[in-house]
Amino acid sequence: MTAMLTLCRRPSVVVALLFIVAVVLLAVLAPWVAPYDPSEQFIEGLSLEGAPLSPDATYYLGTDLLGRDLLSRLLYGARTSLFIGLLANGIAVLIGTLVGLTAGFVRGWLGTILMRFTDLMMAFPALLLAIALAAIFQPSVWIVALVIAMVNWVQIARVIYSETVSLSARDFVEVERTLGASSMRILFSHLLPHLVPTILVWATLGISTTVLLEATLSFLGVGVQPPTPSWGNIIFESQTYFTSAPWLVLFPGAAIVLLSLSFNLVGDALRDALDPTLRGRS
Amino acid sequence: MTAETSRPLLSVEHLSIEFGNRRVVNDLSFALHSGKTLCIAGESGSGKSLTSLAIMGLLPKIARVPSGTLLFEGRDLLALPERQMQQLRGKEIGMIFQEPMTSLNPLMMVGQQLEETVRRHEPVSRRQARQRAKEMLDAVRVPHVDKRLVQYPHELSGGMRQRVMIAMAMVCRPRVLIADEPTTALDVTIQAQILELMRELQREFDTTLLMITHDMGVVAEMADEVVVMNQGVMEEHAPVRDLFNAPQAAYTQKLLAAVPVLGTAPKPESRAAQPVVLEVTDLTVRFPLRSGWFEEARNVHAVENVSFSLRQGETLGIVGESGCGKSTTGKALMSMLAYDGSVKLLGRELNGLKGEALKPVRQDIQMIFQDPYASLNPRKTILDLVGEPLLIHGQTDFSQRKARVAQLLEQVGLPGEAMERYPHMFSGGQRQRICIARALALNPKVIIADESVSALDVSVQAQVLDLLERLQEEYQLSYVFISHDMAVVERICHRVAVMFCGQIVEIGQRDQVLGNPQHPYTRRLLSAVPMPDVDHRRDFKALLKEIETPDPIKPRGYEASVQNYRAVDLDHLVAV
Repeated sequence: MTAMLTLCRRPSVVVALLFIVAVVLLAVLAPWVAPYDPSEQFIEGLSLEGAPLSPDATYYLGTDLLGRDLLSRLLYGARTSLFIGLLANGIAVLIGTLVGLTAGFVRGWLGTILMRFTDLMMAFPALLLAIALAAIFQPSVWIVALVIAMVNWVQIARVIYSETVSLSARDFVEVERTLGASSMRILFSHLLPHLVPTILVWATLGISTTVLLEATLSFLGVGVQPPTPSWGNIIFESQTYFTSAPWLVLFPGAAIVLLSLSFNLVGDALRDALDPTLRGRS
Repeated sequence: MTAETSRPLLSVEHLSIEFGNRRVVNDLSFALHSGKTLCIAGESGSGKSLTSLAIMGLLPKIARVPSGTLLFEGRDLLALPERQMQQLRGKEIGMIFQEPMTSLNPLMMVGQQLEETVRRHEPVSRRQARQRAKEMLDAVRVPHVDKRLVQYPHELSGGMRQRVMIAMAMVCRPRVLIADEPTTALDVTIQAQILELMRELQREFDTTLLMITHDMGVVAEMADEVVVMNQGVMEEHAPVRDLFNAPQAAYTQKLLAAVPVLGTAPKPESRAAQPVVLEVTDLTVRFPLRSGWFEEARNVHAVENVSFSLRQGETLGIVGESGCGKSTTGKALMSMLAYDGSVKLLGRELNGLKGEALKPVRQDIQMIFQDPYASLNPRKTILDLVGEPLLIHGQTDFSQRKARVAQLLEQVGLPGEAMERYPHMFSGGQRQRICIARALALNPKVIIADESVSALDVSVQAQVLDLLERLQEEYQLSYVFISHDMAVVERICHRVAVMFCGQIVEIGQRDQVLGNPQHPYTRRLLSAVPMPDVDHRRDFKALLKEIETPDPIKPRGYEASVQNYRAVDLDHLVAV
């Protein structure tokens, strides 16, 4: 509760929180708030030359190259992007933390095997791996999320590993051993709380990379399949038009940037709020 | 009093320093006379280091100086532009810091660092600079100068590094040398060497010395004049003899009373009639050195055939310098690392016990660590921390646990409401009390205290030592007290073991070992302790001669020859 209060003391954090809540609400309520069906191609949605329309009173954010309403596509796209962002990132953080924590705490041969495997995954071109995985499995939103998670957990595992190693050497962990604490207790009661800040930062930073990776995959045809909109594939569909119809790239781009920024701000603030040594300071 | 009438070289007048609206140094005035030594003494937070940084113009950016002047040869240092300060630093005023490792650039060879300092301030050629560097290293008695010039800081020992630091500070022959805790991080014999060296250099180059220290022994050995500071305020300013013989300020009196003085502690009661609780026989610890595939496998021999026993209610001091194996011995007793030999606690063999089998043992033997800051998890409340051993050992009922924690806190002299707070809200001494409360939670019989009071200020140190003694009386506790500080060891121990290179070289009743030392190493250690007694300044010249220390790294399979002991007296054994 105190953590929540500390969190709300910074105006920038409040704005960021509100933005996240708004995006989540709009995504959930997309069928009711979206002005049009996101997949419907309007004949009057294109100019006589067949070019997309710029924002006006009918199409608030303009139309895309197939004459679909951009606002509606963005709102529905938020569903896909948020879903993949949260799910893929959640899985990545979970796997990364488990692998890093185990390897850093147990060390020995198990730690060596885990970390060498992580290095192997890191050395493998992420995109190639994602394409290979996506080609094997039938692309769906779930599969895309899993593929992204498979690619993204390695960095987290590396960071958590090195932090665990240095934490394990700290005096208070040694003290726990002399008190007779079991490894599980040291791991979950004493090491994990110290890793929460790192995990939080990665979890929030990761959302932006995830959304971008999803966009890349969609562009290569192995991500979210059209006509389902996502912020990433909207940008990539319209990238050839960005000089003549800049709004097509600008609005989804801004959405991605603002959402990532908001998650980062909230993550940073949460990290500080959860640290008792920083409590009461500005 | 010619020094008083002559114009001072450096005078600090009404200096105040503020951080935000907190005043950390308040209206400080003193004068430094040419060729003399002034010591600023005080405990942590007294503002003594900030004063020296202010003179060097190196105060942190957030610090403000609302008033005061710093006159150096007629110039006000506070008004001097940064460029002129840079010329002054190193050339006119040199400085030595506490940590010789972190104050030297690890990527530059010793020679380069010295030459750079010379060439920055004087228009000399590279060859002349090198010559000057050599001469200076000779002057600070660094052996094999030519070899040292091309070595990097990590290749040197702590004492050598501090000598290089002094050489760097002195190479341009500054008029004033500021030394901020120059020997605090060093072993006692190395400290004595450095102090002797600084005396010699002062005589040779007529340097004026401003020394910052918390150690009243060092003050008595070095100072001509003393400024005692406490929380930013000057408590007393007097010639060294007056200060020690007739301290005026109440704070100085309290400070001097808290300093343990070697040779003054009252004789402890003998515990020879008590039953033995801890019996250590031929304890040996070796760490394998990681080597390449084709290299010879080697071991670091950290502890070699250490044997001793500890009786109920008794304190055994283990003294020695860094790297002698005293902490490793403590860790082995706590089963924190693998060892050979036998450790019997209350008649039960501990060697070979693992995991769950060790758990009941933990109830009987506990440890207090050196650093009260690092050994408390900063994310837990005091209730969680002190209650932790209770929880681990099955006392799951919350209200019972809370009651026990309150009781433990009371025993170590902390208020009950401390429970809700976090470690960072307490001072160093209070934190060490929390650590003691935690160690006491399971009613242990034996407590290993590894340098447990070394990080504390002397007045706090005295209180914690009192607490340890009181708890010993109350619960018939036995302590293994690991320390480098001979005076503290004398103050609290019944028996003393001296360790050198992994072996015990002398062991016996406290007065036998400290009063009638037989082994040359014990004598050397004792002669190096600075004494807070101005009438008997010690001569550290004999210590300048290094003694031979055997290399602890041995090929695998190497067995040390068995150490033989000679009985000087009943209970008093000396290695031969």
